[in-house]
Amino acid sequence: MKSVLPVLTVVGAILLFWVVSVIPMNMHLTADQAQRDGLVVSPATPTERQAYSGLGLTLKNTGLISHTYVLERPRLPSPHQVGVEMWDTIFAKKITSRRSLVYHGWVTLSATLLGFAIGTTLGIQLAVGIVYNKAMDMSVMPWAIASQTIPILALAPMIIVMLGAIGIQGLLPKSVISAYLSFFPVVVGMVKGLRSPDGMQLDLLRTYHASPAQGFWKLRLPASVPYLFASLKIGISASLVGAIVAELPTGARAGFGARMLVGDQYGQPIVTWAALFAAAITAAVLVGLFSAIERQTLRRMGMQAA
Amino acid sequence: MPTVAELAGQALQKEDGPSKAVIAAQRLDLTFQTNDGPVHALKDVNLEISKGDFVSFIGPSGCGKTTFLRCIAGLEAPTGGEITVNGMTPNEARRARAYGYVFQAAGLYPWRTIGGNIKLPLEIMGFSKAEQTERVGRVLELVDLGGFEKKFPWQLSGGMQQRASIARALAFDADILLMDEPFGALDEIVRDHLNEQLLQLWARTEKTIGFVTHSIPEAVYLSTKIVVMSPRPGRITDVIDSPLPKERPLDIRDTPEFIEIAHRVRDGLRAGHVDD
Repeated sequence: MKSVLPVLTVVGAILLFWVVSVIPMNMHLTADQAQRDGLVVSPATPTERQAYSGLGLTLKNTGLISHTYVLERPRLPSPHQVGVEMWDTIFAKKITSRRSLVYHGWVTLSATLLGFAIGTTLGIQLAVGIVYNKAMDMSVMPWAIASQTIPILALAPMIIVMLGAIGIQGLLPKSVISAYLSFFPVVVGMVKGLRSPDGMQLDLLRTYHASPAQGFWKLRLPASVPYLFASLKIGISASLVGAIVAELPTGARAGFGARMLVGDQYGQPIVTWAALFAAAITAAVLVGLFSAIERQTLRRMGMQAA
Repeated sequence: MPTVAELAGQALQKEDGPSKAVIAAQRLDLTFQTNDGPVHALKDVNLEISKGDFVSFIGPSGCGKTTFLRCIAGLEAPTGGEITVNGMTPNEARRARAYGYVFQAAGLYPWRTIGGNIKLPLEIMGFSKAEQTERVGRVLELVDLGGFEKKFPWQLSGGMQQRASIARALAFDADILLMDEPFGALDEIVRDHLNEQLLQLWARTEKTIGFVTHSIPEAVYLSTKIVVMSPRPGRITDVIDSPLPKERPLDIRDTPEFIEIAHRVRDGLRAGHVDD
């Protein structure tokens, strides 16, 4: 609870910066609108106004400041506009509606969770292989690292198109991209975790003449749990990003990515921002959920959360 | 009712008798190949340890005392000479679970309770659940930790953790207990207390104990046999059979006999330093 005040302070600072930025960012649009509405604007024509910066124009038209917050299609929506849009699309719409962010959120979330499950399973399996097999140790890690250097934005459309060509559509292609992003932190964390027992602990098992399987289940796997949770928290947010990115280049009809795209293409930045915030909140909730599970698990295991 | 096999086993143990060497090393050599060239960790080590002995290995760092203990445990492979444990090679003895090993650090699993940690070797060795519970209770009493079964390691002091690790080594009833500077990281008072307890435990269990230390009072206080070693190459410079009685209160350390043995150990250590 000690972190509440610092967090609120930062949030407050960001909100303040945002609220102040709205004025110069939207001033040109506001002035154009005001001119059409017959108000006095200085300078009088759009061409003349182009010579001014947003800030300069604001200083000449202080009377229009309040108007910058209520534009229907602002360049930068104000916080309350985004808030109203989110309220409308999350709580006021039926969740079956195509305008409901809950509906779009579920579309993205289902792909995220499936991709995360695939990525985590794959990541753990690869990590076990790397730790127990010398050949895999030498060969898999460089490829895993190389895979993460390819921009996902370039790769995502190719994966979607190729999977589409062999008849795989819908949830799975998006999940593949989620998995692609989330397996890596799991591999890195699990390899480190499985290798975390020191020489003494391994020697102890040798004095018991323990089998390799016993060494895995009784020592290496439990020792890797704190590392796994650190990886899962990175992996789940990477999964969400993956699912959204997968929706962007393919003209998906539903999902957070689709909403962002719609807002962009139809000049409705409020829609884009609302989807952006909804996605951020979803990610925060997912990470928070894993933090809670981590705390519970580690406490039950007698270990303090890392 | 003991089974026939158990009776036969007991008879066999009696036949072996206390005189036969439990651990015997002849002309033992061990050379590590390192990037800086070969390191002669052990050279021409000859030693016999009888059943029920409490043997301390003492010497400066690099004298090979830990290496020798690890050779007995089959954790290190000698490059020359011979060593037997219970008449077997160390590796066979390790597979037969002939010894319990106590490391410098307690090394308890943080995710297991004290009871769970002591069950670890029992689970690995396939003891039944009922037997595990019975043994955990018994060895915890033996190291004076009754009632701490459900505590996690971090809830215990360093000395208590080390006692728990001794209990873990005792849990499967191996006849040999190998201890590698088990009290090295503890303060003087705790160490005195644990030394006293260890002697009581040794008297009750009649185990053969190999004990690595770099403390002269500790070695003299505990041992029936003190092996003085020196480095470069690691070798035995003196073997002292202690004339002290088995019953040893802490103030035995002020008696002339005790001081005389301590002197001899110190002389042996100093002799090993001549070539420095």
